[in-house]
Amino acid sequence: MSDHHKETFITKYVFSYDHKMISKQFLVTGIFMGIIGVFMSMLFRLQIAWPEQSFGLIEAFLGKHQEGGVMSPDMYLALVTIHGTIMVFFVLTAGLSGTFSNLLIPLQIGARDMASGFMNMLSYWLFFLSSIIMVISLFVEAGPAAAGWTIYPPLSALPQAMGGSGMGMTLWLVSMAIFIASSLIGSLNYIVTVLNLRTKGMKMTRLPLTIWAFFITAIIGVVSFPVLLSAALLLIFDRSFGTSFYLSDIFIQGEVLHYEGGSPVLFEHLFWFLGHPEVYIVLLPALGITSEIIATNSRKPIFGYRAMIGSILAIAFLSTIVWGHHMFVSGMNPFLGSVFTFTTLLIAIPSAVKAFNYITTLWKGNLQMNPAMLFSIGLVSTFVSGGLTGLVLGDSALDINVHDTYFVIAHFHLVMGVSAILGMFAGVYHWFPKMYGRMMNKSLGYVHFWGTLIAAYGVFFPMHFLGLAGLPRRYYTNTAFPLFDDLADVNVIITCFAIFGGIVQIVFLANFFISIYRGKKAEQNPWKSNTLEWTTPVEHIHGNWPGEIPEVTRWAYDYSKPGYDEDFVPQNVPLKPGEEES
Amino acid sequence: MVALFYILIAIAIAAGIWQLTSIFKLKDVVASDRDNNIQGTLFAVFGVFFYIGMIYCLIKYNVYLLPESASVEGEHYDNLYMITMGLILFVQFVVQFLIFFFTYKYRGSKDRKALFYADSHKLELIWTVTPAVVLTVLIMYGLYTWNNVMDVSDVEDPLIVEVYAKQFSWEARYAGNNNTLGRANVRNIKGINTMGVDMTDPNAADDIPVRELHLPKGRKVIFKFRSQDVIHSAYMPHFRAQMNCVPGMVTQFAFTPKLTTEEMRADAKTIAKVEGINKIRKENGEDPYEFDYLLLCNKICGSSHYNMQMKIVVEEEADFNKWLSTQKTMSELIK
Repeated sequence: MSDHHKETFITKYVFSYDHKMISKQFLVTGIFMGIIGVFMSMLFRLQIAWPEQSFGLIEAFLGKHQEGGVMSPDMYLALVTIHGTIMVFFVLTAGLSGTFSNLLIPLQIGARDMASGFMNMLSYWLFFLSSIIMVISLFVEAGPAAAGWTIYPPLSALPQAMGGSGMGMTLWLVSMAIFIASSLIGSLNYIVTVLNLRTKGMKMTRLPLTIWAFFITAIIGVVSFPVLLSAALLLIFDRSFGTSFYLSDIFIQGEVLHYEGGSPVLFEHLFWFLGHPEVYIVLLPALGITSEIIATNSRKPIFGYRAMIGSILAIAFLSTIVWGHHMFVSGMNPFLGSVFTFTTLLIAIPSAVKAFNYITTLWKGNLQMNPAMLFSIGLVSTFVSGGLTGLVLGDSALDINVHDTYFVIAHFHLVMGVSAILGMFAGVYHWFPKMYGRMMNKSLGYVHFWGTLIAAYGVFFPMHFLGLAGLPRRYYTNTAFPLFDDLADVNVIITCFAIFGGIVQIVFLANFFISIYRGKKAEQNPWKSNTLEWTTPVEHIHGNWPGEIPEVTRWAYDYSKPGYDEDFVPQNVPLKPGEEES
Repeated sequence: MVALFYILIAIAIAAGIWQLTSIFKLKDVVASDRDNNIQGTLFAVFGVFFYIGMIYCLIKYNVYLLPESASVEGEHYDNLYMITMGLILFVQFVVQFLIFFFTYKYRGSKDRKALFYADSHKLELIWTVTPAVVLTVLIMYGLYTWNNVMDVSDVEDPLIVEVYAKQFSWEARYAGNNNTLGRANVRNIKGINTMGVDMTDPNAADDIPVRELHLPKGRKVIFKFRSQDVIHSAYMPHFRAQMNCVPGMVTQFAFTPKLTTEEMRADAKTIAKVEGINKIRKENGEDPYEFDYLLLCNKICGSSHYNMQMKIVVEEEADFNKWLSTQKTMSELIK
């Protein structure tokens, strides 16, 4: 591997096999999709706060479809649908996991590259293709997919049911099918790499928690994504070839359709069999990143390393048997509801272990307030705030009255949306020097963090109360119900915070792109960290290490270990005679 | 053109920030002790504001929340809700305090070294077992409540009502004198038989189709839900009731109305909420609002999903029977 074949521009920057370049490609594509997703949320927040008013901004971007700048109900539903799809899959799955699994797995386990460079490249380009198709679907004449990101049939299956269920939905399905292929190829590669390419001495019990998180995430992905693919394929059959997997007894627009014997509930089962693990596919990498950053910046070992691995495993296992908590009121057998309540609430235990272990890691630490650390602490806070309300939603009895209300929106945005985004930012600030050989600006990082955290809580904390007042989600306007008139002010406050939060992200974008070119040159190990990626040279080389790959002799968390002058001991430093491994 | 204008503004902002970066000194990259102090203190300050914000929301927004349950079954719901919420708020207030306080207290300094503290099985056992015990209680009470709501096997003399959903309105059908709904399928939809009732079924003749739902106080109502096109969700928040309406199948939910519409209008919390709403409506020059129970659609179902509603009236059983007897049966409608 270390023999340098001649690289052209195309092989180095476009069809690269190098995991470090591929990771950057994932990140930049993810950021691009993130800009679209976040911008959409600002547009529909305008509509929620000031319903059916004219906005130049809306007219400018939605153009002919929205004459006079007043958003139509169909466009509103399309925006929330595509916002959800883009943020969950394109930003927080590919953008987060794709970026950091690719960057860190070979570097932290001591491998020269991924097991298969070609598959890695393929994974990125399939993701790129699916992103392109998703963006193109926004410009379809009858509008993009608008049945919610969960695309429940029959709404998503019948073009008669809504405009977005025509060509827009077809493109959505094609895009997602390609996305799933990309995700599977990537995940298989991660699993094989972690299992086979660890350097000498890198036992599984010495792996940094980041790698554990990426590894388990990849396994969850391989287990659950194929099910979504089959769900999507069957939906394509129902839409195009007249099968009745999900459809039965439908009378729409004055005519009876031929479908008979299918059940939309089947789709819900298949969808959520991926849909729920997907939450952890999004969240676990963020938690892994946080574990690493909190330990490094607390100058303290992560508390309860083995318990952390145990809780990742427990969460991964439980995540595959809780999907039914999205379906308590779907009409499935109430007994199933009882079972899913039980398994769902069990997840609170490993989650609590993780939260308390983070907090204990902070205790008596020597906290270095780098931007990455701020984002990680923010993550712990939002993870707790959002996770606790899961006790309401995971309990079938309590879910009845808050199901599909704004309470749900508040819950999952805090626990997986905001938390994962904060984790992603933390990762970008922390590993930017490893990616680009330069440092990001600290002060802008602080501004970005505080703006983001204030906006996140400002948007999502009040939202719980809207849900508890009985306000359903995905309503184009609440003015059809005088019952909700008193909630209008709350929605205005939320929208103001949302717009503020969106604008603050410009600080990040500026910091990110300027630092690529003008940032201060990075030192080899700027955060005085223990893991192997900081033993590689700052300038990227194919094969990562110029000479031999270092041998690992200890775990990744020997921070402030008694007996050493420095407050960190990298993994490749041999044990002193008589020193015990932690 | 206007889009171009916004893009230009964005570029201008970006350029401004580019300028700012030179002021911020791009060379400044790793946290110093001064940063640790400032950011640690900011966490403490943010923590204080966060608590003020949470308490403010809890007090100020309380009036917006739903009044007490209007159904008998909902009482357990409200109890379970109060217990769970109490627990959530307690844990939230304690844990967030720990996060912000530790972050402030242990902000870094060059003169200090962190404590090497990697493991404690005792501590880990505590925070594994404590949530496990608390959750056991929650799960038990939750499942009891769930079964109480969902099990309708031994209800004596329930009122059977079909709730029928379509883009974008609701209909309903009472089972009539024999308290048995006639068979129905969308293939029978024709003219005024909008719910596709099968008129060859003898049980169908006395069924009573209506456009406004009336319910008797104190009698258990079993709802049978159907949809003719896409998935809808019948959401009756005041009764703590919700069930999806799924094309091709019949779903069900049951509750016993506890408070009539008139009684709910006289409820202190409802009065406060209605006053608040009417103050806003007056400012906007709209007609005053009077409280009514509602059935809302709570599953995305198309363009007018946001306006798919039906009024529910809960009244004393005698009034209900009087009202029902004035409604026409299927056989009277379809001669």
